[in-house]
Amino acid sequence: MTMTALEVEGLRMRYGPHDVLHGVTFHARPGEVLALLGPNGAGKTSTVEILEGFRARSGGHVRVLGTDPAHGGERWRARLGIVLQSWRDHGKWRVRELLSHLGSYYAAYSTDRIRRPWDADDLIEAVGLNAQAGKKIKTLSGGQRRRLDVAIGVVGRPELLFLDEPTAAFDPRARHEFHDLVRGLAATGETTILLTTHDLEEAEKLAHRIVILSGGRIIADGTSAELARRIAGEDEVRWTVDGQRFTRKTTESTAFVRGLFAEYGEAVEALEVHRASLEQTYLALVHKAETPDTGPAEPEETNPAAIRSVGKHKEANGR
Amino acid sequence: MNPTAIAIRTGVARGLVELRQSFTNGADLWGHFFWPLLMLTVMFFVRDTEFGSSGLLLGTLALPSILGMNVALAMVSMSQSLTADREDGTLLRAKATPHGMPAYLISKIISVGGGGIGDLAIFLIPGMFIVSGLATGTVGSWLTVLWVLALGMIASLPIGAVLGSLFTTARAQGIITLPVLALIGISGIFYPLTSLPEWVQVIAQIFPFYWLGLGMRSALLPDAAVAVEIGESWRHLETVGVLGAWALLGLLAAPAVLRHMARRESGSTVAARRERALQRVG
Repeated sequence: MTMTALEVEGLRMRYGPHDVLHGVTFHARPGEVLALLGPNGAGKTSTVEILEGFRARSGGHVRVLGTDPAHGGERWRARLGIVLQSWRDHGKWRVRELLSHLGSYYAAYSTDRIRRPWDADDLIEAVGLNAQAGKKIKTLSGGQRRRLDVAIGVVGRPELLFLDEPTAAFDPRARHEFHDLVRGLAATGETTILLTTHDLEEAEKLAHRIVILSGGRIIADGTSAELARRIAGEDEVRWTVDGQRFTRKTTESTAFVRGLFAEYGEAVEALEVHRASLEQTYLALVHKAETPDTGPAEPEETNPAAIRSVGKHKEANGR
Repeated sequence: MNPTAIAIRTGVARGLVELRQSFTNGADLWGHFFWPLLMLTVMFFVRDTEFGSSGLLLGTLALPSILGMNVALAMVSMSQSLTADREDGTLLRAKATPHGMPAYLISKIISVGGGGIGDLAIFLIPGMFIVSGLATGTVGSWLTVLWVLALGMIASLPIGAVLGSLFTTARAQGIITLPVLALIGISGIFYPLTSLPEWVQVIAQIFPFYWLGLGMRSALLPDAAVAVEIGESWRHLETVGVLGAWALLGLLAAPAVLRHMARRESGSTVAARRERALQRVG
C-alpha cells in the first residue's frame, strides 16, 4: 500500500509558448478529501487531467496511487474512479444494465481487501436510484443523472476518486443530496477524493483540506479554518450588553470573548462569533497572487490554538 | 483473466446490448426501416422497366447493387457513430474504464456490422418478392453473397473508423455524406456503369461501392447479366483485390488514427464540444 494517494511535486505544463502550471506541489493522504480551488484559467483542469492520465505533463514528479499516470496501465486504471459530467451518452441504456456492464470491467481486479465491482443493486441503493433502476438513462432528471455519474465513477470501488466541478448547474436540493452522497463515500475512509470546484461553500463542506491554485501556482494549502486565519483581523464578534449591540473585528476572537465574559459575566447576551469567511480569504489570496508587488503573501500565523477554537465557535454557532 | 479476454468478453456484451437497443426503440427502428423501404418502393416502380435492349429488368439489376451499396454504407454508420460517441462523452467513459477502448471498438464492430446485416435482410427478403429473375436458387449464390458481405464489412468498418476519427464534428460528418452520395451515383448502383463516360468509370472503380455492387450482382444475377458489366466479366479477382486493398489500408491506418484520437479525449474536450453543440441548438 502506498503512503500517499497523490504526490505532485514541481508539476509543470506548457502549451506552446504558454506556461499553464509553474511547479505545482501538493499531496493527498489515503482517505483524505482534498479540494482544488481556483479561478477559471488557474490550471485546475490541466492538473486534474494530468493526474487522470489523460494529458501528458511537461515536467515535474507525479505519482497517483504510487504510479506515474503517464505510464499507468489497466491495473492502475482499475483503481481510479472518475466522475465525468454526463451529457447524453448511453441514453438508451437502462440504469442497472449500464452499471452492471461497466462493473464487469473491474471484476478481474478484485482483491481480498477490495471486492470489485460494487454490486449494481447495492450501488443503486447507495446513490438513491432504486426507483429509476429499470429506466432508460435519457429519461432521468439532471440530479438523477448526476447520481448515476457518481455511481459510474465508483462502480469499480476506486481507491482514488476524481470529482471535477461536480455540482455546476445544480439546483440547491440536488446539490445538497450530492453533498450527502460524497460525504457518505468519504466517511468510509477507503476512498481518497480529489474535488475541483469554484464553489467555496462546497469545498468547505466536503473537504478535509483545501489547495488553492492561481495562475498556475499553489497559493495556499490547509484546512478552511487555517486558510481563513491567514488573513488577519477578520473574525467578527457581535454581542449585546444591557440591550445595546456591539460589533468588534479581531484576529483573536477566542481571547477576546474570554475577556468579554471576564468583564461582563452573564450580562453578555446574543453572542455571535463569525469566522472570517472562506470567500473573503479566497478572494484576498487570489488577489495577492495576481498582484505580485504586494510583498509576501501571507502573514505568519502564530497561535495554532486560536485556529482550533475558532473552529469550535463555528460549530457552536451552528453555521 | 488476461486483458484480451476481458476486452473481448465486455466488448461483445456491450455490442450485443447496443445491437438489441437499436432494434427495440422507435427512433432507431425508423432508421433501420426508412432506407430499405424507400429502396423497395423504387424497386417496385422499376420492376418491369427493361434496361436498354439487354432483356434485363432494371429492378433486377438494382436489387443486388443496392445490397452492395448498403454494405459500403456501414462505413458511414461507423464514422457517424464514432463522432457521436466522442461528442457525447461515451468514448471518454470508455477511456476512463480499464480495457474500455478495445472493448468499445469490438462493440462498435458488432453493433454497426450487425445493424448493417439487419438492414440488408430488411431490404433483401421483401425485395426478392418484388423483382423477378434473380438467381437465388443455388448454394453458390449465397456463398458469394457471404464472402462479398464479409470482405465488404472488413473493408468498410476500419475506413469508417478512420473517417470518424478525422472528422470530429457532427457537421463535418454531414459533409462526408455528399461525396459518398456522389460516389454512389457514379458507381453503377442504380444504372449500369458501362453506360457512363469512361473517366467516370475509372473513378468509380477506385472505391468500394462499385465493387460491392458488382460482387452482389455476380452472386444474385443469372450468368447472362454479365453482358452489361465492364469487360463482360464478374471480375472476382479484381473485386477481392480492390476490397482487400481498402481493408488492408483501413486495418493499417485505423489503430494509429484511433489511438491518436483517443489520446486527445479528456473532460475538457468533451465539455468544449458540449458547449458548442448547445450553442448550435440554442
